[in-house]
Amino acid sequence: MNDSPLTALFGYFAMLSLFAIGGANAAIPDMHRISVEVMGWMTSRQFADMFAISQLSPGPNVIIVTLIGYHVAGITGAAVATVAMCGPTCLVAFGVAHVWDRFKDAHWRIAIQAGLVPVSLGLIGASAFVLARAADNNVYAVAVTAVTAVVAFATRINPLWVFGASGLLGLSGWL
Amino acid sequence: MSNPAVPSGAITDPPSLYELFKAFAIVSLSGFGGALPWARRMIVEQRRWMTTEEFNEAFALSQFLPGPNLVNFSVVFGLRFGGPLGAAVTLAGLMGPPLVIVMILGMLYARFGDVEVLSRILAGITAAAAGLLIAVVAKMAAPLFLTRWNSAPAIAILAFVGVAIMQWPLQLVFLVLAPVSVAFAWFKR
Repeated sequence: MNDSPLTALFGYFAMLSLFAIGGANAAIPDMHRISVEVMGWMTSRQFADMFAISQLSPGPNVIIVTLIGYHVAGITGAAVATVAMCGPTCLVAFGVAHVWDRFKDAHWRIAIQAGLVPVSLGLIGASAFVLARAADNNVYAVAVTAVTAVVAFATRINPLWVFGASGLLGLSGWL
Repeated sequence: MSNPAVPSGAITDPPSLYELFKAFAIVSLSGFGGALPWARRMIVEQRRWMTTEEFNEAFALSQFLPGPNLVNFSVVFGLRFGGPLGAAVTLAGLMGPPLVIVMILGMLYARFGDVEVLSRILAGITAAAAGLLIAVVAKMAAPLFLTRWNSAPAIAILAFVGVAIMQWPLQLVFLVLAPVSVAFAWFKR
């Protein structure tokens, strides 16, 4: 049967793994759609919280998948979701790594590489939009998002400072 | 035959499995909000396992592949320096330590997620994280949108609208737009 949460977690993230060009950040809107609207695993607010926690944790951004899995089905869920999100793409990387260098100057390779950039740009843009909508509940939160965007674009500031400052602002109760 | 040698121009001795694990664990634990700069520093500048060009090439491959970029990179890198076992070791180094940390945070959240103070702090961080992502998008977009005539802006906007506004499934948007975009890139020359 397909109604076990573990089966749902595995099937969904294994599929997502193969379409998330641009990494976990490109897949945020779809994870939000499935977790909140389709499966009803959590509220939009909880999803945003998990994204924040995944940003606070060291390591690759994909770690949000572990948190979703844990929320849905405990430690087993965390393991299943993480393996499903990393497994298929690892196998693909494993297979492609050998042939890739050989076709360095092939026209098809250059076309694929160039063609995927704008798609992943649009997907990451959608992630930013979905997160901003989930987080920006008032004018102060919008201001934090906007100021962070400008500062991060113009400088090479360590994100930890930004998170520290915005966390304090949140604590103060303005957001 | 197809066994890739240690790249020329970089260091002589291939790293041991333990060194591979340690390097990727350090990169992973240092990498708040994206570990790419740390990976470059460790692999190119400190250990000299790759030249800048080799690193860029391997990372471009990791970005082009589906799934988490750094996970892909660790597999590509581990494979080159230690075969399948090397790939397993770099992947374990990359994912192992953060998994332990995030599980602890996840348990704390499950226990205290309803506490008002915590959720206020997380709300502030999410607002900032959204801003960081906007900056990433702006940096990626600048070169694409400044070229005078190309299909990239249209494709990017369609992908954005499809996923963010229409809320269509990612795989649907991808399967429609990716072939179109690659075809444009193919015929542009």
